[in-house]
Amino acid sequence: MIKNIPKHNSPWQLKDNQVTDESVYRSRRSFLKQLGFVGASGLMVKNAEAIDWFSKKEAASFITQPLDFKKSLVSDEILTPEAKVISHNNFYEFGTKKTDPVENAQQFKVKPWQLTVSGEVGQTITLDHDDLYKKFPLEERIYRLRCVESWSMVIPWIGFPLAELIKKAQPTSKAKYVAFETLYDPEQMPGQSSRRVGGGITYPYVEGLRIDEAMNPLTLLSVGLYGKTLPAQNGAPIRLVVPWKYGFKSIKSIVGIKLVEKMPPTTWNMLAPNEYGFYANVNPQVDHPRWSQASERRITTGGLLARNRIETLPFNGYGEQVAHLYNKMNLRKHF
Amino acid sequence: MVLKHKQQKKLVIRLKVFIHLISLWLLSNLYYQAINDKLGADPVEAVLHFTGIGAFNLLLLSLLISPMAKRFKLSWLLKVRRLTGLYSFVYALCHVLSFLAFEVQFAWELFVDEIIKRPYITVGMCAFVILFALAITSLSRLKRKMGQSWQKLHNGVYLALSLVSLHFYWSVKSEIIEPSLYAAFSLYLLYLRRDKIKAWLN
Repeated sequence: MIKNIPKHNSPWQLKDNQVTDESVYRSRRSFLKQLGFVGASGLMVKNAEAIDWFSKKEAASFITQPLDFKKSLVSDEILTPEAKVISHNNFYEFGTKKTDPVENAQQFKVKPWQLTVSGEVGQTITLDHDDLYKKFPLEERIYRLRCVESWSMVIPWIGFPLAELIKKAQPTSKAKYVAFETLYDPEQMPGQSSRRVGGGITYPYVEGLRIDEAMNPLTLLSVGLYGKTLPAQNGAPIRLVVPWKYGFKSIKSIVGIKLVEKMPPTTWNMLAPNEYGFYANVNPQVDHPRWSQASERRITTGGLLARNRIETLPFNGYGEQVAHLYNKMNLRKHF
Repeated sequence: MVLKHKQQKKLVIRLKVFIHLISLWLLSNLYYQAINDKLGADPVEAVLHFTGIGAFNLLLLSLLISPMAKRFKLSWLLKVRRLTGLYSFVYALCHVLSFLAFEVQFAWELFVDEIIKRPYITVGMCAFVILFALAITSLSRLKRKMGQSWQKLHNGVYLALSLVSLHFYWSVKSEIIEPSLYAAFSLYLLYLRRDKIKAWLN
Protein backbone atom coordinates (compact mmCIF):
# COMPACT_ATOMS: atom_id res chain seq x y z
CA MET A 1 0.00 0.00 0.00
CA ILE A 2 1.27 3.44 -0.78
CA LYS A 3 1.57 5.77 2.12
CA ASN A 4 2.54 9.37 2.52
CA ILE A 5 1.87 10.66 -0.92
CA PRO A 6 2.04 14.39 -0.42
CA LYS A 7 -0.85 16.22 -1.99
CA HIS A 8 1.28 18.67 -3.92
CA ASN A 9 4.80 18.70 -5.35
CA SER A 10 5.80 15.85 -7.61
CA PRO A 11 4.65 12.66 -5.96
CA TRP A 12 6.13 10.74 -8.89
CA GLN A 13 9.54 11.64 -7.56
CA LEU A 14 8.68 10.16 -4.23
CA LYS A 15 10.84 7.55 -2.72
CA ASP A 16 8.95 5.04 -0.79
CA ASN A 17 10.35 3.07 2.06
CA GLN A 18 8.36 0.07 1.07
CA VAL A 19 9.97 -2.31 -1.35
CA THR A 20 10.22 -0.54 -4.62
CA ASP A 21 9.92 -3.51 -6.80
CA GLU A 22 12.97 -2.29 -8.57
CA SER A 23 15.54 -3.71 -6.16
CA VAL A 24 13.74 -6.99 -6.26
CA TYR A 25 13.69 -7.11 -9.99
CA ARG A 26 17.30 -6.09 -10.39
CA SER A 27 18.52 -8.91 -8.24
CA ARG A 28 16.13 -11.30 -9.88
CA ARG A 29 17.29 -10.25 -13.28
CA SER A 30 20.84 -11.36 -12.68
CA PHE A 31 19.50 -14.65 -11.47
CA LEU A 32 17.41 -15.04 -14.58
CA LYS A 33 20.41 -14.24 -16.71
CA GLN A 34 22.34 -17.02 -15.06
CA LEU A 35 19.56 -19.37 -15.89
CA GLY A 36 19.79 -18.07 -19.41
CA PHE A 37 16.17 -18.74 -20.08
CA VAL A 38 12.87 -17.98 -18.53
CA GLY A 39 9.36 -19.07 -19.31
CA ALA A 40 6.40 -16.77 -19.04
CA SER A 41 5.77 -15.55 -15.56
CA GLY A 42 4.67 -17.89 -12.84
CA LEU A 43 1.68 -15.68 -12.26
CA MET A 44 0.11 -16.55 -15.56
CA VAL A 45 0.74 -20.21 -15.21
CA LYS A 46 -0.89 -20.19 -11.80
CA ASN A 47 -3.87 -18.30 -13.12
CA ALA A 48 -4.34 -20.72 -15.94
CA GLU A 49 -4.32 -23.60 -13.51
CA ALA A 50 -6.83 -21.99 -11.23
CA ILE A 51 -9.23 -21.44 -14.09
CA ASP A 52 -8.55 -24.68 -15.85
CA TRP A 53 -9.19 -27.02 -12.94
CA PHE A 54 -10.83 -29.66 -14.98
CA SER A 55 -8.89 -29.68 -18.18
CA LYS A 56 -5.73 -31.67 -18.37
CA LYS A 57 -4.07 -29.87 -21.21
CA GLU A 58 -0.92 -27.97 -20.39
CA ALA A 59 -1.42 -24.31 -21.22
CA ALA A 60 1.47 -23.45 -23.49
CA SER A 61 2.68 -20.01 -22.48
CA PHE A 62 4.30 -17.31 -24.47
CA ILE A 63 8.05 -17.44 -23.93
CA THR A 64 10.08 -14.38 -23.00
CA GLN A 65 13.89 -14.29 -22.96
CA PRO A 66 16.38 -12.19 -21.03
CA LEU A 67 17.97 -9.36 -23.00
CA ASP A 68 21.35 -7.67 -22.99
CA PHE A 69 21.00 -3.94 -22.59
CA LYS A 70 22.41 -0.80 -21.02
CA LYS A 71 20.71 -0.26 -17.70
CA SER A 72 18.84 2.90 -16.96
CA LEU A 73 20.10 5.19 -14.27
CA VAL A 74 18.30 4.25 -11.10
CA SER A 75 14.95 5.93 -11.10
CA ASP A 76 13.41 7.26 -7.94
CA GLU A 77 9.95 6.40 -9.14
CA ILE A 78 8.10 3.48 -7.73
CA LEU A 79 7.83 0.96 -10.52
CA THR A 80 4.58 -0.77 -11.29
CA PRO A 81 5.15 -4.42 -10.37
CA GLU A 82 5.88 -6.65 -13.33
CA ALA A 83 2.91 -8.89 -12.56
CA LYS A 84 0.61 -5.88 -13.00
CA VAL A 85 2.36 -4.54 -16.10
CA ILE A 86 1.83 -7.85 -17.87
CA SER A 87 -1.74 -8.52 -16.75
CA HIS A 88 -3.47 -5.16 -17.25
CA ASN A 89 -3.42 -4.36 -20.94
CA ASN A 90 -5.46 -2.50 -23.49
CA PHE A 91 -4.80 -4.63 -26.56
CA TYR A 92 -8.21 -5.06 -28.19
CA GLU A 93 -6.80 -7.51 -30.74
CA PHE A 94 -6.93 -9.98 -27.86
CA GLY A 95 -10.12 -8.73 -26.19
CA THR A 96 -11.43 -5.56 -24.61
CA LYS A 97 -11.18 -6.45 -20.93
CA LYS A 98 -7.88 -5.53 -19.27
CA THR A 99 -7.30 -9.17 -18.39
CA ASP A 100 -8.21 -10.53 -21.84
CA PRO A 101 -4.82 -10.06 -23.52
CA VAL A 102 -2.87 -12.03 -20.91
CA GLU A 103 -5.40 -14.83 -21.28
CA ASN A 104 -5.77 -14.82 -25.06
CA ALA A 105 -2.30 -13.93 -26.30
CA GLN A 106 -0.26 -16.84 -24.98
CA GLN A 107 -0.23 -18.67 -28.32
CA PHE A 108 0.86 -15.60 -30.24
CA LYS A 109 3.70 -16.30 -32.68
CA VAL A 110 6.38 -13.67 -33.19
CA LYS A 111 8.74 -15.88 -35.15
CA PRO A 112 8.96 -15.25 -38.02
CA TRP A 113 8.37 -11.51 -37.87
CA GLN A 114 8.87 -8.78 -40.40
CA LEU A 115 8.99 -5.07 -39.72
CA THR A 116 9.23 -2.92 -42.81
CA VAL A 117 10.26 0.72 -42.94
CA SER A 118 9.10 2.19 -46.22
CA GLY A 119 7.50 5.17 -47.92
CA GLU A 120 9.40 8.43 -48.28
CA VAL A 121 12.79 6.88 -47.62
CA GLY A 122 16.01 6.52 -49.51
CA GLN A 123 16.27 2.92 -48.48
CA THR A 124 13.50 0.55 -47.52
CA ILE A 125 14.47 -1.51 -44.50
CA THR A 126 13.16 -4.87 -43.42
CA LEU A 127 13.95 -6.23 -39.98
CA ASP A 128 13.28 -9.86 -39.15
CA HIS A 129 12.71 -11.26 -35.68
CA ASP A 130 16.37 -11.51 -34.67
CA ASP A 131 17.25 -8.11 -36.19
CA LEU A 132 14.89 -6.46 -33.70
CA TYR A 133 17.28 -7.33 -30.89
CA LYS A 134 20.58 -7.10 -32.77
CA LYS A 135 20.56 -4.18 -35.18
CA PHE A 136 20.61 -1.49 -32.51
CA PRO A 137 22.16 -1.30 -29.05
CA LEU A 138 19.40 -1.85 -26.52
CA GLU A 139 18.92 0.39 -23.54
CA GLU A 140 16.55 0.52 -20.61
CA ARG A 141 14.21 3.50 -20.17
CA ILE A 142 12.02 3.89 -17.14
CA TYR A 143 8.97 5.79 -18.36
CA ARG A 144 5.63 6.84 -16.96
CA LEU A 145 2.75 5.48 -19.03
CA ARG A 146 -0.41 7.57 -18.84
CA CYS A 147 -3.57 5.94 -20.17
CA VAL A 148 -6.35 8.12 -21.52
CA GLU A 149 -8.61 6.30 -19.05
CA SER A 150 -6.76 8.22 -16.32
CA TRP A 151 -4.68 5.49 -14.77
CA SER A 152 -0.92 5.28 -15.07
CA MET A 153 2.04 2.99 -14.54
CA VAL A 154 5.84 3.28 -14.36
CA ILE A 155 7.51 0.73 -16.60
CA PRO A 156 11.16 -0.20 -17.28
CA TRP A 157 11.13 -0.62 -21.05
CA ILE A 158 14.01 -1.92 -23.12
CA GLY A 159 14.48 -0.79 -26.67
CA PHE A 160 16.14 1.70 -28.99
CA PRO A 161 15.20 5.18 -30.17
CA LEU A 162 12.85 5.19 -33.15
CA ALA A 163 15.09 7.92 -34.58
CA GLU A 164 17.94 5.42 -35.06
CA LEU A 165 15.82 3.23 -37.28
CA ILE A 166 14.37 6.12 -39.25
CA LYS A 167 17.81 7.66 -39.85
CA LYS A 168 18.99 4.37 -41.26
CA ALA A 169 16.20 4.48 -43.82
CA GLN A 170 17.26 7.96 -44.94
CA PRO A 171 13.96 9.83 -44.99
CA THR A 172 13.38 12.15 -47.94
CA SER A 173 12.33 15.79 -47.62
CA LYS A 174 8.74 14.69 -48.16
CA ALA A 175 8.72 12.61 -44.99
CA LYS A 176 6.54 14.78 -42.75
CA TYR A 177 4.75 12.09 -40.78
CA VAL A 178 5.31 8.51 -39.69
CA ALA A 179 2.50 5.96 -39.96
CA PHE A 180 2.55 2.74 -37.92
CA GLU A 181 0.59 -0.44 -38.39
CA THR A 182 -0.06 -3.44 -36.14
CA LEU A 183 0.00 -6.99 -37.47
CA TYR A 184 -3.28 -8.02 -39.11
CA ASP A 185 -3.77 -11.73 -38.48
CA PRO A 186 -7.34 -12.63 -37.51
CA GLU A 187 -6.35 -16.26 -36.98
CA GLN A 188 -4.01 -15.29 -34.19
CA MET A 189 -5.84 -12.22 -32.96
CA PRO A 190 -9.41 -13.10 -32.01
CA GLY A 191 -10.40 -9.44 -31.71
CA GLN A 192 -9.75 -8.98 -35.43
CA SER A 193 -12.03 -11.83 -36.43
CA SER A 194 -14.87 -11.11 -34.00
CA ARG A 195 -16.51 -7.78 -33.44
CA ARG A 196 -17.64 -8.95 -30.04
CA VAL A 197 -14.10 -9.72 -28.90
CA GLY A 198 -12.44 -6.80 -30.64
CA GLY A 199 -14.72 -4.07 -29.41
CA GLY A 200 -15.82 -2.90 -32.83
CA ILE A 201 -12.72 -0.93 -33.75
CA THR A 202 -11.28 -1.10 -37.26
CA TYR A 203 -8.29 -3.34 -37.82
CA PRO A 204 -5.40 -3.29 -38.41
CA TYR A 205 -4.71 -0.79 -35.66
CA VAL A 206 -2.89 2.23 -37.06
CA GLU A 207 -1.14 5.13 -35.39
CA GLY A 208 0.96 8.08 -36.41
CA LEU A 209 3.45 10.71 -35.31
CA ARG A 210 4.76 13.89 -36.81
CA ILE A 211 8.34 13.38 -38.00
CA ASP A 212 9.80 15.65 -35.31
CA GLU A 213 7.91 13.70 -32.65
CA ALA A 214 9.18 10.47 -34.11
CA MET A 215 12.77 11.73 -34.12
CA ASN A 216 12.61 12.99 -30.54
CA PRO A 217 15.10 11.06 -28.41
CA LEU A 218 12.35 10.07 -25.95
CA THR A 219 10.43 8.15 -28.59
CA LEU A 220 11.30 4.51 -28.13
CA LEU A 221 10.78 1.34 -30.07
CA SER A 222 10.52 -1.17 -27.27
CA VAL A 223 11.38 -4.86 -27.56
CA GLY A 224 11.30 -5.69 -23.87
CA LEU A 225 10.36 -4.80 -20.33
CA TYR A 226 11.64 -5.78 -16.91
CA GLY A 227 14.83 -7.20 -18.42
CA LYS A 228 13.17 -9.60 -20.83
CA THR A 229 11.64 -9.59 -24.28
CA LEU A 230 8.07 -8.25 -24.42
CA PRO A 231 5.26 -10.57 -23.39
CA ALA A 232 2.70 -11.01 -26.17
CA GLN A 233 0.06 -9.03 -24.30
CA ASN A 234 2.39 -6.02 -24.07
CA GLY A 235 2.90 -5.85 -27.82
CA ALA A 236 5.58 -8.41 -28.70
CA PRO A 237 7.88 -8.43 -30.46
CA ILE A 238 8.16 -4.67 -31.00
CA ARG A 239 6.04 -1.73 -29.98
CA LEU A 240 6.17 2.02 -29.79
CA VAL A 241 6.49 3.95 -26.52
CA VAL A 242 5.77 7.68 -26.61
CA PRO A 243 5.79 8.63 -22.95
CA TRP A 244 4.34 12.14 -23.24
CA LYS A 245 1.25 10.94 -25.10
CA TYR A 246 -1.72 8.90 -23.96
CA GLY A 247 -1.10 5.18 -24.07
CA PHE A 248 -3.18 4.45 -27.15
CA LYS A 249 -0.54 6.22 -29.29
CA SER A 250 2.00 3.56 -28.27
CA ILE A 251 1.00 1.01 -30.90
CA LYS A 252 1.81 -2.66 -30.32
CA SER A 253 3.14 -5.57 -32.41
CA ILE A 254 4.26 -3.34 -35.26
CA VAL A 255 4.80 -4.70 -38.79
CA GLY A 256 4.86 -1.49 -40.77
CA ILE A 257 6.47 1.92 -40.37
CA LYS A 258 5.84 4.20 -43.29
CA LEU A 259 7.15 7.70 -43.78
CA VAL A 260 4.51 9.81 -45.45
CA GLU A 261 3.79 13.35 -46.51
CA LYS A 262 0.28 13.77 -45.12
CA MET A 263 -1.04 13.24 -41.61
CA PRO A 264 -1.94 9.54 -41.47
CA PRO A 265 -5.25 8.22 -40.08
CA THR A 266 -5.16 6.87 -36.52
CA THR A 267 -7.49 4.21 -35.15
CA TRP A 268 -9.15 5.86 -32.14
CA ASN A 269 -9.39 9.17 -33.91
CA MET A 270 -11.31 7.53 -36.75
CA LEU A 271 -13.65 5.89 -34.27
CA ALA A 272 -14.44 9.00 -32.21
CA PRO A 273 -12.78 12.17 -33.55
CA ASN A 274 -14.25 14.34 -30.82
CA GLU A 275 -12.74 12.14 -28.12
CA TYR A 276 -9.31 11.18 -29.45
CA GLY A 277 -7.10 13.58 -31.34
CA PHE A 278 -4.10 12.86 -33.54
CA TYR A 279 -1.69 14.45 -31.08
CA ALA A 280 -3.10 12.98 -27.86
CA ASN A 281 -0.48 14.72 -25.73
CA VAL A 282 -1.06 14.21 -22.02
CA ASN A 283 -2.72 17.45 -21.02
CA PRO A 284 -4.35 18.04 -17.62
CA GLN A 285 -6.02 21.16 -19.02
CA VAL A 286 -8.05 19.38 -21.64
CA ASP A 287 -10.56 16.86 -20.38
CA HIS A 288 -11.63 13.86 -22.34
CA PRO A 289 -15.45 13.86 -22.58
CA ARG A 290 -15.43 10.70 -20.50
CA TRP A 291 -12.62 11.33 -18.01
CA SER A 292 -11.13 14.26 -16.20
CA GLN A 293 -7.48 14.41 -17.22
CA ALA A 294 -6.39 16.65 -14.34
CA SER A 295 -5.34 13.73 -12.20
CA GLU A 296 -4.69 10.03 -12.48
CA ARG A 297 -4.47 6.88 -10.42
CA ARG A 298 -0.94 5.51 -10.33
CA ILE A 299 -0.99 1.74 -10.33
CA THR A 300 1.81 0.35 -8.20
CA THR A 301 1.56 -2.05 -5.33
CA GLY A 302 -1.26 -1.72 -2.86
CA GLY A 303 -4.82 -2.80 -3.20
CA LEU A 304 -8.11 -1.01 -3.09
CA LEU A 305 -7.14 1.23 -0.20
CA ALA A 306 -4.00 2.66 -1.83
CA ARG A 307 -4.10 6.45 -1.93
CA ASN A 308 -2.71 6.63 -5.42
CA ARG A 309 -4.45 9.58 -7.06
CA ILE A 310 -1.87 12.11 -8.18
CA GLU A 311 -1.90 15.21 -10.32
CA THR A 312 -1.33 14.73 -14.02
CA LEU A 313 1.52 16.80 -15.47
CA PRO A 314 1.52 18.50 -18.87
CA PHE A 315 3.19 16.16 -21.37
CA ASN A 316 3.15 13.56 -18.60
CA GLY A 317 6.08 15.33 -16.96
CA TYR A 318 8.26 15.34 -20.10
CA GLY A 319 7.60 18.97 -21.00
CA GLU A 320 11.26 19.89 -20.80
CA GLN A 321 12.06 17.46 -23.58
CA VAL A 322 9.05 17.92 -25.83
CA ALA A 323 7.10 21.13 -25.11
CA HIS A 324 9.11 22.96 -27.80
CA LEU A 325 7.61 20.69 -30.45
CA TYR A 326 4.28 22.39 -29.92
CA ASN A 327 5.24 26.07 -29.70
CA LYS A 328 2.53 28.22 -31.24
CA MET A 329 0.09 25.33 -31.39
CA ASN A 330 -3.27 25.59 -29.71
CA LEU A 331 -3.27 22.34 -27.78
CA ARG A 332 -6.95 22.66 -26.97
CA LYS A 333 -7.73 22.51 -30.65
CA HIS A 334 -5.02 19.99 -31.47
CA PHE A 335 -5.79 17.68 -28.57
CA MET B 1 -47.13 -25.76 -9.87
CA VAL B 2 -49.50 -25.09 -7.02
CA LEU B 3 -47.92 -25.42 -3.64
CA LYS B 4 -49.57 -25.65 -0.32
CA HIS B 5 -49.38 -22.58 1.84
CA LYS B 6 -46.86 -24.02 4.29
CA GLN B 7 -44.61 -25.32 1.58
CA GLN B 8 -44.68 -21.94 -0.11
CA LYS B 9 -43.70 -20.19 3.05
CA LYS B 10 -40.75 -22.51 3.51
CA LEU B 11 -39.68 -22.04 -0.05
CA VAL B 12 -39.82 -18.26 0.22
CA ILE B 13 -37.70 -18.29 3.37
CA ARG B 14 -35.15 -20.54 1.73
CA LEU B 15 -35.03 -18.38 -1.33
CA LYS B 16 -34.58 -15.27 0.79
CA VAL B 17 -31.75 -16.84 2.76
CA PHE B 18 -30.15 -17.84 -0.52
CA ILE B 19 -30.41 -14.31 -1.92
CA HIS B 20 -28.89 -12.86 1.25
CA LEU B 21 -26.06 -15.34 1.29
CA ILE B 22 -25.05 -15.09 -2.33
CA SER B 23 -25.32 -11.30 -2.56
CA LEU B 24 -23.38 -10.70 0.63
CA TRP B 25 -20.84 -13.42 -0.04
CA LEU B 26 -20.04 -12.00 -3.48
CA LEU B 27 -19.68 -8.51 -2.08
CA SER B 28 -17.49 -9.43 0.87
CA ASN B 29 -15.34 -11.65 -1.28
CA LEU B 30 -14.95 -8.80 -3.78
CA TYR B 31 -13.80 -6.29 -1.18
CA TYR B 32 -11.60 -8.80 0.61
CA GLN B 33 -9.75 -9.59 -2.61
CA ALA B 34 -9.58 -5.98 -3.71
CA ILE B 35 -8.18 -4.75 -0.40
CA ASN B 36 -5.53 -7.46 -0.49
CA ASP B 37 -4.57 -6.58 -4.05
CA LYS B 38 -5.70 -9.91 -5.45
CA LEU B 39 -8.08 -8.54 -8.02
CA GLY B 40 -5.84 -7.88 -10.97
CA ALA B 41 -3.67 -4.84 -11.53
CA ASP B 42 -6.37 -2.29 -10.87
CA PRO B 43 -8.68 -3.37 -8.06
CA VAL B 44 -10.56 -0.07 -8.26
CA GLU B 45 -11.71 -0.72 -11.79
CA ALA B 46 -12.56 -4.30 -10.89
CA VAL B 47 -14.71 -3.22 -7.94
CA LEU B 48 -16.51 -0.54 -9.94
CA HIS B 49 -17.30 -2.93 -12.77
CA PHE B 50 -18.45 -5.74 -10.49
CA THR B 51 -20.72 -3.62 -8.31
CA GLY B 52 -22.08 -1.75 -11.31
CA ILE B 53 -22.98 -4.76 -13.38
CA GLY B 54 -24.15 -6.53 -10.20
CA ALA B 55 -26.61 -3.74 -9.43
CA PHE B 56 -27.88 -3.86 -13.02
CA ASN B 57 -28.29 -7.65 -12.96
CA LEU B 58 -30.21 -7.50 -9.68
CA LEU B 59 -32.41 -4.71 -10.96
CA LEU B 60 -33.27 -6.75 -14.06
CA LEU B 61 -33.89 -9.78 -11.90
CA SER B 62 -36.24 -7.87 -9.61
CA LEU B 63 -38.19 -6.66 -12.63
CA LEU B 64 -38.27 -10.12 -14.13
CA ILE B 65 -40.02 -11.52 -11.08
CA SER B 66 -43.53 -10.27 -11.67
CA PRO B 67 -43.72 -11.28 -15.36
CA MET B 68 -42.38 -14.71 -14.35
CA ALA B 69 -44.87 -14.99 -11.51
CA LYS B 70 -47.68 -14.17 -13.89
CA ARG B 71 -46.53 -16.37 -16.70
CA PHE B 72 -45.86 -19.45 -14.59
CA LYS B 73 -48.47 -18.77 -11.93
CA LEU B 74 -45.94 -18.60 -9.13
CA SER B 75 -47.41 -15.82 -7.05
CA TRP B 76 -45.13 -16.64 -4.10
CA LEU B 77 -42.19 -15.43 -6.20
CA LEU B 78 -43.42 -11.88 -5.59
CA LYS B 79 -42.37 -12.26 -1.99
CA VAL B 80 -38.69 -12.06 -2.92
CA ARG B 81 -39.09 -9.10 -5.24
CA ARG B 82 -38.47 -6.44 -2.63
CA LEU B 83 -35.36 -8.18 -1.35
CA THR B 84 -33.92 -8.44 -4.86
CA GLY B 85 -34.62 -4.78 -5.47
CA LEU B 86 -33.01 -3.85 -2.17
CA TYR B 87 -29.87 -5.74 -3.07
CA SER B 88 -29.78 -3.94 -6.38
CA PHE B 89 -29.73 -0.75 -4.32
CA VAL B 90 -27.02 -2.12 -2.00
CA TYR B 91 -24.81 -2.92 -4.99
CA ALA B 92 -25.50 0.51 -6.49
CA LEU B 93 -24.60 2.08 -3.16
CA CYS B 94 -21.30 0.17 -3.12
CA HIS B 95 -20.74 1.30 -6.72
CA VAL B 96 -21.21 4.99 -5.86
CA LEU B 97 -19.31 4.85 -2.58
CA SER B 98 -16.43 2.95 -4.22
CA PHE B 99 -16.27 5.60 -6.92
CA LEU B 100 -16.06 8.27 -4.23
CA ALA B 101 -13.65 6.47 -1.92
CA PHE B 102 -11.37 4.59 -4.30
CA GLU B 103 -11.64 6.20 -7.73
CA VAL B 104 -11.69 9.93 -6.88
CA GLN B 105 -10.44 9.20 -3.35
CA PHE B 106 -12.58 11.75 -1.54
CA ALA B 107 -11.62 14.63 -3.82
CA TRP B 108 -15.12 16.06 -3.37
CA GLU B 109 -14.72 18.76 -5.94
CA LEU B 110 -13.70 16.20 -8.54
CA PHE B 111 -16.57 13.96 -7.43
CA VAL B 112 -19.16 16.69 -7.98
CA ASP B 113 -17.45 17.82 -11.19
CA GLU B 114 -17.55 14.33 -12.63
CA ILE B 115 -21.23 13.93 -11.80
CA ILE B 116 -22.06 17.17 -13.57
CA LYS B 117 -19.65 17.02 -16.51
CA ARG B 118 -19.81 13.39 -17.59
CA PRO B 119 -23.22 12.57 -19.05
CA TYR B 120 -22.83 8.86 -18.30
CA ILE B 121 -22.17 9.62 -14.65
CA THR B 122 -24.99 12.17 -14.52
CA VAL B 123 -27.60 9.67 -15.67
CA GLY B 124 -26.11 6.98 -13.43
CA MET B 125 -26.38 9.28 -10.45
CA CYS B 126 -30.02 10.10 -11.29
CA ALA B 127 -30.78 6.40 -11.36
CA PHE B 128 -29.06 5.98 -8.01
CA VAL B 129 -31.14 8.77 -6.45
CA ILE B 130 -34.30 7.02 -7.62
CA LEU B 131 -33.16 3.66 -6.25
CA PHE B 132 -32.30 5.38 -2.99
CA ALA B 133 -35.81 6.81 -2.70
CA LEU B 134 -37.33 3.42 -3.47
CA ALA B 135 -35.12 1.69 -0.93
CA ILE B 136 -35.97 3.97 1.97
CA THR B 137 -39.69 3.79 1.23
CA SER B 138 -39.69 0.02 0.98
CA LEU B 139 -40.75 -0.60 4.58
CA SER B 140 -44.22 -2.13 4.79
CA ARG B 141 -45.30 0.46 7.31
CA LEU B 142 -44.30 3.34 5.06
CA LYS B 143 -45.97 1.65 2.15
CA ARG B 144 -49.27 1.58 4.00
CA LYS B 145 -48.88 5.16 5.14
CA MET B 146 -48.08 6.47 1.69
CA GLY B 147 -51.12 4.86 0.09
CA GLN B 148 -51.44 5.57 -3.61
CA SER B 149 -48.42 7.79 -3.85
CA TRP B 150 -46.26 4.80 -2.94
CA GLN B 151 -47.08 2.99 -6.16
CA LYS B 152 -46.57 6.17 -8.12
CA LEU B 153 -43.13 6.63 -6.61
CA HIS B 154 -42.19 3.02 -7.11
CA ASN B 155 -43.09 3.12 -10.77
CA GLY B 156 -39.98 5.29 -10.90
CA VAL B 157 -38.07 2.04 -11.13
CA TYR B 158 -38.85 2.01 -14.86
CA LEU B 159 -37.17 5.37 -15.26
CA ALA B 160 -34.24 4.11 -13.19
CA LEU B 161 -33.92 1.08 -15.45
CA SER B 162 -33.79 3.26 -18.55
CA LEU B 163 -31.18 5.53 -17.01
CA VAL B 164 -29.05 2.59 -15.92
CA SER B 165 -29.13 1.19 -19.47
CA LEU B 166 -27.98 4.53 -20.81
CA HIS B 167 -25.31 4.81 -18.12
CA PHE B 168 -23.84 1.46 -19.13
CA TYR B 169 -24.05 2.20 -22.85
CA TRP B 170 -22.40 5.60 -22.56
CA SER B 171 -19.68 4.37 -20.21
CA VAL B 172 -17.93 2.09 -22.69
CA LYS B 173 -15.35 3.26 -25.21
CA SER B 174 -16.29 1.15 -28.19
CA GLU B 175 -17.41 -2.27 -27.01
CA ILE B 176 -21.14 -1.61 -27.29
CA ILE B 177 -22.41 -5.15 -27.79
CA GLU B 178 -22.84 -6.04 -24.12
CA PRO B 179 -24.53 -2.77 -23.13
CA SER B 180 -26.77 -3.09 -26.20
CA LEU B 181 -27.93 -6.53 -25.08
CA TYR B 182 -28.65 -5.18 -21.61
CA ALA B 183 -30.57 -2.26 -23.09
CA ALA B 184 -32.58 -4.59 -25.33
CA PHE B 185 -33.54 -6.78 -22.38
CA SER B 186 -34.46 -3.70 -20.35
CA LEU B 187 -36.67 -2.50 -23.18
CA TYR B 188 -38.34 -5.89 -23.31
CA LEU B 189 -39.12 -5.70 -19.59
CA LEU B 190 -40.57 -2.23 -20.09
CA TYR B 191 -42.56 -3.44 -23.09
CA LEU B 192 -44.22 -6.08 -20.91
CA ARG B 193 -45.48 -3.24 -18.74
CA ARG B 194 -46.42 -0.88 -21.54
CA ASP B 195 -50.00 -0.33 -20.32
CA LYS B 196 -48.92 0.44 -16.81
CA ILE B 197 -46.23 2.83 -17.98
CA LYS B 198 -48.64 4.60 -20.32
CA ALA B 199 -51.08 5.08 -17.47
CA TRP B 200 -48.29 6.32 -15.23
CA LEU B 201 -47.11 8.84 -17.78
CA ASN B 202 -50.61 10.25 -18.27
